[in-house]
Amino acid sequence: MRIGRHTFEYQNRPEVIETSAIAGPQEMDGPFKNYFKYYLTDDTFGQDTFEKAEREMMVFVIKNVLEKSKLNSADVDVFIGGDLLNQIISTSYAIRQFSIPYLGIYSACATYVEAMLIAAAMVDSGFRKNAICCTSSHFSSAERQYRFPLELGTMRTPGSQWTVSGSGACLISKSKEKKYPYLKYATIGRVVDYGIEDTNNMGAAMAPACADTIYHHFKETGLTLSDYDKIVTGDLGILGSNILIDLLAEKGYDIGGMHMDCGAEIYTHKPRLHQGGSGAAASALVFNCFLFDKLLKGEYRRILFVATGALLSPTATFQGDSIPGIAHSVAIHAPNY
Amino acid sequence: MQRQNFDNKAYKEYVHNIMPRTNHLKTLIMAFVVGGIICIIGQIIHDVIRALFPYLERDAVNSYVTLIMIFLGSFLTAIGVYDDIGKFAGAGSIVPITGFANSVTSPAIEYKSEGVIYGIESKMFVVAGPIIVTGIVCSVIVGIIYLIIGG
Repeated sequence: MRIGRHTFEYQNRPEVIETSAIAGPQEMDGPFKNYFKYYLTDDTFGQDTFEKAEREMMVFVIKNVLEKSKLNSADVDVFIGGDLLNQIISTSYAIRQFSIPYLGIYSACATYVEAMLIAAAMVDSGFRKNAICCTSSHFSSAERQYRFPLELGTMRTPGSQWTVSGSGACLISKSKEKKYPYLKYATIGRVVDYGIEDTNNMGAAMAPACADTIYHHFKETGLTLSDYDKIVTGDLGILGSNILIDLLAEKGYDIGGMHMDCGAEIYTHKPRLHQGGSGAAASALVFNCFLFDKLLKGEYRRILFVATGALLSPTATFQGDSIPGIAHSVAIHAPNY
Repeated sequence: MQRQNFDNKAYKEYVHNIMPRTNHLKTLIMAFVVGGIICIIGQIIHDVIRALFPYLERDAVNSYVTLIMIFLGSFLTAIGVYDDIGKFAGAGSIVPITGFANSVTSPAIEYKSEGVIYGIESKMFVVAGPIIVTGIVCSVIVGIIYLIIGG
């Protein structure tokens, strides 16, 4: 149901039934290690290129989520996903062996929430019964696309983030028991660009879009901060998170105590990675392994899950253009709330 | 968040102020030390060659030193060490000839997956290409100036 220009409310309780994620070796050493069930010991995942490794991680999580939810690929009506590589090859190549109706989407690191938002709308309306959302990123394939060769001896600037290696998938459907976390609201973000041109400072480029989406969510739904236990952002990093808190404080929302950023949290064990993690997999890993678990147990009652994306391309950057930011959000409630 | 409330210039200024800064003193010292060590290694190789082959001409010795340093740079790149040095040494490991070798070898390794022609051969100079072009253009300009003034 339409609530405002950005926000709509799901009427029929589309639920996140099952999730699956696979983490890279470096992510596995971090603070979420007890939550990651599957991980890579070698970041090539037995493949001869990093692009193929990323694809295989996706294949793994798709198979795993099907297995865990006891479904065949024939039971799935739609697969919605995307990744960071040109022409979203990871997703399109990973899904070709499953013959599931497929929608490829791209919102950089906000892809996972965008997929959930669309999938839940389709399930909610009854157009689709079972929908799978999936995304992935891989440090080595992203680095080649956006930056320099891996072995080039360059210094990382203090504002930079590190692309998370991993992949996550979830199944969105309706259950009879109603015992799974469900999506309540979705807010579609708009592109916001404050003219940041530094590709090593993506947190600053994305924070205004994130603030814009969160602001519209609260303004249009009339909810207050106390309606949520956590506001979880995707990959703003430490600096981007601080900017977000400042921007929202200006609008009268003090989220400091209830905010968590997946990217900033994922590498707290490695301060040399500067601002933390980024990449489409950052939010997917943390949601699938950590937040989903917390919601399922009712430790978090309601969260606002806002994934952020920097919609840049090296071509646009070299042509002197700034970095457009995007953020989409979904409000996810624990089963009994 | 409407644009009129918070314009681009103010935002950029605000971001600029809270951006973490590179610790220049630390990076300068690291660059000096590592760059210096690389140069010392080059000098040692130079002196050893001179001692072993005293009949070699000075230019030939210099060429051999360059060749060996390029080999070392490429070798350390191939075994995955040079990028770790570069992470803390910065310009200290980029500026010497070993850094140039690193900038040619690293894309060659990276793009090996696209094959010899479309990968290695066509991408080998993506990083070093601009340096070579700038070098050639500058040498032509200097040559013309030299021809006019010195000729």
